Amino acid sequence: MTYNKRLDGRKLDETRPIEAKVGIIERADGSAIFKIGQTIAYAAVYGPRNLYPKFMQDPQKGILRVNYNMMPFSGHGERVRPGGSRRAKEISMVTEKALLPVIDLSDFPNAVVDVFIELPQTDAGTRCAGICAAAMALADAGIMMKDLVSAVAVGCIDGTVIADLNYDEEAFEGKVADIPVAILPNSGEISLLQMDGEVSQENIKDAIELAKKVTKNIYEIQKQALKDKFKVGE
Amino acid sequence: MKMHSELRKHIIDFLNKGLRLDGRAPLEYRKPIKVEYDISKSAEGSARVQIGGTLLMAGIKLSLEKPYPDTPDAGNLMCGAELIPMANPEFELGAPGLQAIELGRIVDRGIRESHVIDTKKLCITPGEKVWGISIDLIPINDSGNLFDASALAALAALKNTRLPKLENEKIDYLTRTDEPLPLSDAEPVSVTVCKIGSHFIIDPTEEEEKVIDARLTVASMKDGTLCALQKGGEETLTSEDIDKMIGIAVEKANELRAAL
Amino acid sequence: MSKLLVKDKDIAVPGEALAEGMDYLPGNGTYREGDNIHAARLGLVNVDGRAIKIVPLTGRYLPKRGDTIIVKVQEIVMSGWILDTNSAYTAMLNMKDATSEFIQKGSDLTQYFSFGDYIICKIVNVTTQMLIDVTTKGPGLRKLRGGRVIKVNTNKVPRIIGKKGSMVSMIKQATGSRIIVGQNGVIWLEGEDPKMELLAVETINKIAEESHIAGLTDRIKEFLEQQTGKQIELRTEEGEPNDVQ
Repeated sequence: MTYNKRLDGRKLDETRPIEAKVGIIERADGSAIFKIGQTIAYAAVYGPRNLYPKFMQDPQKGILRVNYNMMPFSGHGERVRPGGSRRAKEISMVTEKALLPVIDLSDFPNAVVDVFIELPQTDAGTRCAGICAAAMALADAGIMMKDLVSAVAVGCIDGTVIADLNYDEEAFEGKVADIPVAILPNSGEISLLQMDGEVSQENIKDAIELAKKVTKNIYEIQKQALKDKFKVGE
Repeated sequence: MKMHSELRKHIIDFLNKGLRLDGRAPLEYRKPIKVEYDISKSAEGSARVQIGGTLLMAGIKLSLEKPYPDTPDAGNLMCGAELIPMANPEFELGAPGLQAIELGRIVDRGIRESHVIDTKKLCITPGEKVWGISIDLIPINDSGNLFDASALAALAALKNTRLPKLENEKIDYLTRTDEPLPLSDAEPVSVTVCKIGSHFIIDPTEEEEKVIDARLTVASMKDGTLCALQKGGEETLTSEDIDKMIGIAVEKANELRAAL
Repeated sequence: MSKLLVKDKDIAVPGEALAEGMDYLPGNGTYREGDNIHAARLGLVNVDGRAIKIVPLTGRYLPKRGDTIIVKVQEIVMSGWILDTNSAYTAMLNMKDATSEFIQKGSDLTQYFSFGDYIICKIVNVTTQMLIDVTTKGPGLRKLRGGRVIKVNTNKVPRIIGKKGSMVSMIKQATGSRIIVGQNGVIWLEGEDPKMELLAVETINKIAEESHIAGLTDRIKEFLEQQTGKQIELRTEEGEPNDVQ
């Protein structure tokens, strides 16, 4: 049995509808919102700012610190207890690593740039939505960056490679692989790659190629959102 | 010696001429006051409130719980605030501090004591199983007056709530029914009146909050009945002050209700 | 063949290709990769002959030697004051750089500058580790009494000051306000009355928001004339601490 008709009727390489906006949190140095289907990620950037405790400081350059958090009411089931889980800690870390290759904090020794990602509503693909929002928020904060970062979860269900799995597809009964990928749009380099599930070596290659194709469109949306913030008044 | 003494003096100079630093009158809310419903489909009910630059979300999650021994035939209610560092550079990660605890508790009392939720109707099996309602309040941008925004958001989220389906005494979170919470039309909202020098102001900005002498948060219902009070700040209030402040709060509460 | 891929005054986002070919030269806020020049940050494209740079629109203040900035007293230590510079780093005002008066060891430093006070000072040294020394010895450098402080993005400061102080001079003239602009985006002001002070604040925020849109000076002049009913002449001013650019 092959999965060639998607549960929500999308084409195999089609993402859910995407919306992005920059500059939504007045008090932050940079901020953005990124929606993909029913998943919503807010990101706020504070800094470069003072970093304490001192032992965390890097005398060569500023450091990046990411915190990913699901709001208590954002889960599919019961209330998520606030305070951070192992899952949230791991996602914070991989998000940090996904963003780090593009940013340059050499002008800011001993300082920190804090990125806070918050999800009020989720339906799969949260870490990728968080990365997309965070990249826009960092750019909005005026951080030196050689590129943006665009991310999407691709997947493979019963041998069919698809883009942007939703919750129902993640929970599909069959061989499902969920593959979040973050890509530097200008170089095509990959800064985040995770996979869980079962997938053939052939399919993983195709999946990464699909991620590259899909993130091109996501990049255009991020770019436009950043430019729209400075549009001549209406 | 007081921090921000120059700022305080300047604010009072302005108030002596009937103005705030942002050009508002003393008893004027920032604009817009906006309530958006159903901003989180993962929650059983949710709302996002904007007062001027302040943005805050409230989300409701329902669960099946054992009732408290002293109220075996009533549903449970929990209300908490999380001051996440996204909203304000002074907020930190970690367990809720005093500020968050106070905020959650004031909103909790306003909702609980107004009896806006008929908790008896949330009982499934007396002494065994009742609905538990969790209200989570989360600011996205704190430009001042989280108190009033929180109480408004909590009420809006409760109104937006639809019970999830029950199947074999278990919740099917993915299926929401059309059934709302058993709410009265009490519509409890809070207005915080601040005193600075001899002046009263409402809806303080985050800058004004740093220099006020005292504040009184007044939760009141549509018919004017008070359901919770909280005095804060370092200075005292006279009974005349409190009289005036309650009068202001009850009147201004209608402006908040109009946004629902 | 070299080719420009964007226009002057376009908004560029990080990584965006700005030009192809070796005829163009990468300036501030850009980098070359292969034959192409890319944006290294968000900002306004500026093409000056063959040089391409990105003029930042956002981002925090980075302290530089010689800048005149407005700071807030954050802490008092044995040897002087630690100051909030509205940047990632605090600055140090040493007793000997604060006043030419002799300060007795162990005396109460709050009589000079107290917690929360705003001071206009000048950066005299910035180390590679971003240790910053400032002085309040010099014309116009002092504690700022009364009035209020607002913050704008540091990248907008040159536009708020204007060419040789023409923009800030216009606001002062129209509103009768006293205004001091720190390079770090901290602005102190005090109006002759609240209404005029509010107009000064509104004007400054308007400049900060519209600084990247052409015709700024004329637009602001018109706005101020409309609001005050006064005729405003453009003039420059020199010799005040806020004219440092």
